[in-house]
Amino acid sequence: MTIWKLVTSEILHRKMNFALGVLAVMVASTSFIGSITLLQIHEADLVQGMNKLKDDTRKAMLKLGFNVVILPKDQNLADWYADDYASKYMPEDYVHKLANSRIVTVRHFLPSLQQKIEWPERKRKIILVGARGEVPNLHKNPVKPLVQPVPPGTISLGHELHRSMDLKVGEKVKLMGKEFTIHACHKERGNKDDITAWIYLAEAQELLDKQGLINAILALECLCTGDALPLIRKEIAAILPDTQVIERGSRALARAEARTKVEKEARITLENEKHLASILTPVVVTGCAVWVALLGFTNVRARREEIGVLRTLGVSAKSILVMFVSRHILVGVLGGALGFCAGVLAAVYFSTVLEGTRVQITSMDISVAGLLALSVGGAAALAVIAGWIPTMTAIRQDPAEVLREE
Amino acid sequence: MLEFKNINRWFDGPEGKVTALDEVCLSVSPGEFLAVRGPSGCGKTTLLLIAGGLLRPNTGQVSLDGHDPYALSPEMRSKMRASMIGFVFQQFHLIPYLTVQQNILAPSLALPAKGADQRAKELLSRFGLDDRAGHVPAQLSTGQRQRTALARALLNKPKIILADEPTGNLDEGNADIVFGYLSQYVAEGGCVLLVTHDVRAAAHATRTLQMVDGRIIQ
Repeated sequence: MTIWKLVTSEILHRKMNFALGVLAVMVASTSFIGSITLLQIHEADLVQGMNKLKDDTRKAMLKLGFNVVILPKDQNLADWYADDYASKYMPEDYVHKLANSRIVTVRHFLPSLQQKIEWPERKRKIILVGARGEVPNLHKNPVKPLVQPVPPGTISLGHELHRSMDLKVGEKVKLMGKEFTIHACHKERGNKDDITAWIYLAEAQELLDKQGLINAILALECLCTGDALPLIRKEIAAILPDTQVIERGSRALARAEARTKVEKEARITLENEKHLASILTPVVVTGCAVWVALLGFTNVRARREEIGVLRTLGVSAKSILVMFVSRHILVGVLGGALGFCAGVLAAVYFSTVLEGTRVQITSMDISVAGLLALSVGGAAALAVIAGWIPTMTAIRQDPAEVLREE
Repeated sequence: MLEFKNINRWFDGPEGKVTALDEVCLSVSPGEFLAVRGPSGCGKTTLLLIAGGLLRPNTGQVSLDGHDPYALSPEMRSKMRASMIGFVFQQFHLIPYLTVQQNILAPSLALPAKGADQRAKELLSRFGLDDRAGHVPAQLSTGQRQRTALARALLNKPKIILADEPTGNLDEGNADIVFGYLSQYVAEGGCVLLVTHDVRAAAHATRTLQMVDGRIIQ
């Protein structure tokens, strides 16, 4: 005969009391694990959603154009707005100064030389853009280039140009006496890009007789909010005093601001959920603990005679303590394991079926095994703590009193 | 084996002090079957609880096998009870969810011994309970329940059996069987302190004392 045999036999004898105890712990555990899992899923969903929005915004900015343009200081802005390209020039070296500086507000730099010209061989007015791709910023973590350069000796054509002249990728064309291979034929964009030809910057400088000069640096500010512009201007003015900074692509900025707003609102919602869970979960857990304690008292009361007899037979108070604590641990472990399953399933069902979240449970910050250990360990501790007073009542019971009442 | 010297025990009740034992002196030696007879409420159960180390007397001295059980710590007193004393009660006090065999083995929770299982089987056989070994108390007759309780009392080979009205719930036939077993135990060198109001006990006891209002009068 062992204490363990006594515990298991008693559980089988008083199944209802045991089952109700397990149910109480399960409810507490389900509430705790369910809220943690759901909050973790919401957190992961928020991060994933924000990353996607960020990526979308980044792509949108690329399509909408760079949102900051650095122009020579003496450029008349009225002319620039009218022509959409600068008539004044600045050294190409400015972009290297910028790239090698410790500027923090801007990540991508794209020097360009633009001019509206007559394509002499085709008798067409076009916008010629000389670009050399992105100049890497050496002081920051490398990021994926937003614009791929046009390789030397090649030309990329806007939709209207290649369509009207029936030009295809790989064909050769002459521009201002120089032969180029067509590198890309762009799809229709519905703006001046459709009559634009892009060539390598050095070749544009040679054709336009502007060696070592550019007339704009397109830059993408990485902070992605409108209120960053004064800071960008201040930083650039400190590095390149002979320039001026113009905001472009306000639609992109609006998207970026909207994204920030969405993130802010999502974070507030998540914080509210956390706040609610921090109130509700302890209430549920406390309620269940009281339930377990009451069941414990009921059990002790039902076993009054049995405890008295065992003590009379010489069974020590310590053994009675082990007997009751073992029972409570069993209640806790079983309730915790069931509560873990119910909590996780409920959270996954709620988030995927009702909310349509696509987050996998494995993408949570807490591991599933860790959550199971937390549930089982926490539930066992809850059951033992809740059952402690009834257990103490049992071991302090005077066997003489039980026998005298006979 | 067991000796009481001027034992007094009283309880504080709503109507003042109630004396349960008044200057009680008695002794039980090995091979002796002492029956203490008296009406209900005369202090018989109190006498037995004090003898069993379960209720401390207010004054007086108890000696069990030469030791004062109340001089020991509660844990040591439990061990002493497990090793030296067997209890038999009127209400049997069997554990309802354990089988007959497991009930007989219950004292081994307090005093684990290697041969406990074998000893339990011997007792099952001796008390004619072999075919009831796997039954729970609710499936037994009253006589079988008391035999189970007797077998449980004997598992750890105690030096004394303290019996409180063991035949109170039994018919005459079963009562004789129980007395027979107790007499057999005494014949094997054990000793019994039986408290009862059953007049038949005198026929089996080696000595009988009368108790009235907490005093031994004979």
